[in-house]
Amino acid sequence: MQRGATLIAVDPRRTTSARWADLWAGLDVGSDIALSNTIAREILAGGLEHRDFIENSTSGFEEYRASVEPWTLARGARETGVPADVIREIAHRYAKAEKAMVCWTLGITEHHNAVDNVVALINLALLTGHVGRWGSGINPLRGQNNVQGGGDMGALPDRLPGFQHVENAALRIRFDAAWGVPVPPQKGWHLSAMFEAMEHGELSALYVIGENPMRSEADQTRTRRLLEGLELLVVQDIFLTATAEAADVVLPAAAAWCETEGTVTSSERRVQRVRKAMEPPAGARDDVAILFDLARRMGHDWGPPSAEAVWNEVRRLSPVHAGMSYARLEALGGLHWPCYDDSHPGEPFLHSRLWERPVRGPRAPFSVVAHDPPVERLDEQFPLRLTTGRRLEEYNTGVQTAGYRSPVRRGETLDLSPEDALAYGVAEGEPVRVASRRGSVVAPVHIDESLRPGLAFMTLHFPEDVATNLLTIDATDPRSGTAEFKASAIRIERVGAATTSAGASA
Amino acid sequence: MDICVSGEEPSAAERAAVDAVLGPAESGWHGGLRDSARDGHAARGGREATAAARHLLLPALHGVQDRIGWIGQGALNYICNRLTVPPAEAWGVVTFYHLLATERRPPAMAHVCDDIACRLHGAEELCAALERRLGPAGSGAEAGWQRSPCLGLCERAPAALVLRAGERPRSSVVAPAADAEAVARALADTAGAPATDATEAAQRLAEIRRSVPQAGSSELRLLARVGAVDPESLDAYRAAGGYQALARAVELGPERVVAEVLAAKLVGRGGAAFPTGRKWEAVARAAARPHYLVCNADESEPGTFKDRVLLEGDPFAIVEAMTIAGLATGCERGFVYLRGEYPLAAARLGGAIAQAREAGLLGDSVAGGAAPFDIEIRRGAGAYICGEETALFNSIEGRRGEPRSKPPFPVEVGLFGKPTVVNNVETLANVPRIVLAGGAAFAGTGTAGSSGTKLFCVSGHVGRPGVYEVPFGATLGDLLELAGGVPGGRPPRAILLGGAAGSFVEPEALSTPLTFEGTRAAGAALGSGVVMVFDDRADLGDALLRIAEFFRHESCGQCVPCRVGTVRQAELLARLRAGRPLGSREQELALLRELGQAMRDASICGLGQTASTAIESALARLDVFPPQSATGGSP
Repeated sequence: MQRGATLIAVDPRRTTSARWADLWAGLDVGSDIALSNTIAREILAGGLEHRDFIENSTSGFEEYRASVEPWTLARGARETGVPADVIREIAHRYAKAEKAMVCWTLGITEHHNAVDNVVALINLALLTGHVGRWGSGINPLRGQNNVQGGGDMGALPDRLPGFQHVENAALRIRFDAAWGVPVPPQKGWHLSAMFEAMEHGELSALYVIGENPMRSEADQTRTRRLLEGLELLVVQDIFLTATAEAADVVLPAAAAWCETEGTVTSSERRVQRVRKAMEPPAGARDDVAILFDLARRMGHDWGPPSAEAVWNEVRRLSPVHAGMSYARLEALGGLHWPCYDDSHPGEPFLHSRLWERPVRGPRAPFSVVAHDPPVERLDEQFPLRLTTGRRLEEYNTGVQTAGYRSPVRRGETLDLSPEDALAYGVAEGEPVRVASRRGSVVAPVHIDESLRPGLAFMTLHFPEDVATNLLTIDATDPRSGTAEFKASAIRIERVGAATTSAGASA
Repeated sequence: MDICVSGEEPSAAERAAVDAVLGPAESGWHGGLRDSARDGHAARGGREATAAARHLLLPALHGVQDRIGWIGQGALNYICNRLTVPPAEAWGVVTFYHLLATERRPPAMAHVCDDIACRLHGAEELCAALERRLGPAGSGAEAGWQRSPCLGLCERAPAALVLRAGERPRSSVVAPAADAEAVARALADTAGAPATDATEAAQRLAEIRRSVPQAGSSELRLLARVGAVDPESLDAYRAAGGYQALARAVELGPERVVAEVLAAKLVGRGGAAFPTGRKWEAVARAAARPHYLVCNADESEPGTFKDRVLLEGDPFAIVEAMTIAGLATGCERGFVYLRGEYPLAAARLGGAIAQAREAGLLGDSVAGGAAPFDIEIRRGAGAYICGEETALFNSIEGRRGEPRSKPPFPVEVGLFGKPTVVNNVETLANVPRIVLAGGAAFAGTGTAGSSGTKLFCVSGHVGRPGVYEVPFGATLGDLLELAGGVPGGRPPRAILLGGAAGSFVEPEALSTPLTFEGTRAAGAALGSGVVMVFDDRADLGDALLRIAEFFRHESCGQCVPCRVGTVRQAELLARLRAGRPLGSREQELALLRELGQAMRDASICGLGQTASTAIESALARLDVFPPQSATGGSP
């Protein structure tokens, strides 16, 4: 950016990142598709689409064009709250840029229609040809260093390592042969579905590795009830999390970034080596060693635990990782998948094939997506939109950050716009009761000019003090399984001055 | 870009002062009234907003300083919000300049020069008297005083500049300041002389002639109109031959104008003596656009005041010369970076620009539609280093005035990163004559290595101090004779050539021709044309210490050799002067030479590279701190 790149931030709040941006569009929570479709229509109205790319590399364009046609600037402005001139400017700058990329995080995906939100952005990249080339693309920025790697290795309900679909028999058979056991032929449950299954008594044992659902899931009252109702809960983690405290068995793990050997995969699909720099504390063990021991107790001797041996098995079974030996990863400082053999250089651009003429493989499809506002509408009883998120200096549920002193930590607050604070007659630091249809908490008010009237903000960093997820709705996207953390309806009530300590009640 | 400002809000007056410079606030995000319907859904900011507005930081700070007399936290917060500048960066800028105050101080301030020329005429005694009369420096509720480096009023030493903040800021010069009472009277004069001098033309001219003893002489070229033609009248300027050169330049076209400047062998008069035509040629040919023209009027070298006299006495000539330069080099915008200590020059030049614009001589189509060209004045705020061309760019761009590494040179990457011509005021003043007479004719004056005439700033112990114009080739003795010699028939002990960054020479050097090559052969340099005379009773040790203190104060602090070296040098001279060397005197002198060498070798700009030149020349040539002396100085 210091060298001239333009940054446009789209976020309901004018966050610190948005202040760095040349242009900030403060859309209403849950109006992402309305905004994307309006931008698309404006690009088409201005004749700014990439004709050659659309004709040669995509499919479904005409249906898509028809679907966005009603999204005039006026309608877009009405549905999103973003002034029409600002939407127009975004459309023109994005379309006319030589190189442009769209990056997003949970503001796009923590909605009941998460996948549609993403698809709407993909449509924009296809419309303008901003994909598969240097400096362009669509990038979900990961919240942790190895989210990409976890998915790549099959930590998804429908995928085997290397994104190979579990319901594809031809692919699955190779795993059956290599592992000597039949892999279940149907896809499994994602996180939200697992809680559904617990509710119905279909899931009674849970093995949690490196997650803290007790604190991170929406509707916490329900989450606690379901986790405590399990027959067996095993937690493998480097910290004794709230989930671990409720577990029947806790397996202390080693820290993967310094106490074990292995690999890590960044958002750009670059696989890099991680090396062990120190011994884990007494009693904590490498994840691989724990799993090998577990297998042995179950009657399968996998031999001595070795990260490289596991990795070589990945290379044998996942074609996109086949060319990534430890030796090459070390020599080249990492490789981008796909990397099919020992001489393959890796592919920094996943979709570069779309620029080949003729296109190799299937065309990239446009998808028609409809605007669908948040499940929980605002009404007289719950008139404020609560959106949740993070603060720079805190990390998720606080497992890794709360233990450290911080000069900037101010604990959990209910952030309100100056206008709402005035309207409700509440002052900075004054505790208020925040209630949704699911529960209520008490938190002190923080007046934040990055918010506008009607929009409130809380984080999930201090679950021990203020259990924000007692308020959030567990409406989930049926395809991705993510809950609509970003949009619930609340009201606030003044509490007596006597109530000074923040607490929670259901 | 984290614009995390503290809670302090601007006062109504501070807000008005900033808005007067920047216009009303664009949105609630920029310090205006918050309109949640718009501000809640959209904002501009980031690099683009900063890049577009950052250059207005210094003008905005000036606006508050001029109106309030100091810049409080609330005002600074407001400016940061308006311009999307992080407060820490704005603080770095505001504290860089000594004319900008970050702590409350009286609205009326006398800046009293205590630099080398004024010291020879009782500046210390004046300061002592002011302390008795008004209290310690910096104190006072309504009026106060403080010391200042050279104010560029050396021909009228000792000098004081009175600045009065307010809705209509005012300034006045007290020079020579006969006594503390004269300064106190100027401070108390709430009516004061307005910033724009409204006295009659005859009075104006008489005032100017005090600084130009040769005024009216038919031999003058650069000074021909100075003190003879009303500097506030475009008609008078035209009647005296003004704007003929611009017409001729339009006839010639850009390429031939550059060719004439090359043929004239004109070199820069700011001190570095770089061929002007080569700069013009390089910028004219540069592919990157836009091109910028900068007139360097940050005349801050102690002992230098020629550019001030030109700007106060013949401002239209500089406007015309810049217009010619702009047309020749493809610049559509010119900036004059003018010393903050020159309010009268600012008013005169501002008036000249306004009249020229009114007459269609600046603006969208200059000189019969040849091209667009306009000029903007940017005031410095008290920082010697901003005379260094790349520091000057940073200052205009709203950053700390720290020099940049070269290369790239300004003709390639200059102001706002674009090809830039930077010329000194006196350099530009030669341009109209070159265009009218032709380069070859111009080169016929002077010597083979130094063409044309040169302005000298003669001050110190001379009968008639002032700005003198002589053809290159005249000797130092000729110049001193012209200036009336040393008063009382006393012998000169030393002459400082080129200012604080120049060299001391002995009386034996009076036969030296004042040319670039002649002074070089004498182990000195013309620099900015300073000729400061010290008679046989002058306290040279005091002058050296003042020079060392000057550099200590003016080092921008960016690079270590200069930041540390100037401090060590000043400490060392203070020890020598007090007769308390660390170790032996010889050890101290060796250390001084070593410091000088380190600064010459390793400083990135001329300030550090020349910070020891004058001091070392004095110690080498003149017996300033003799070994047996316990107190230093001369008898």
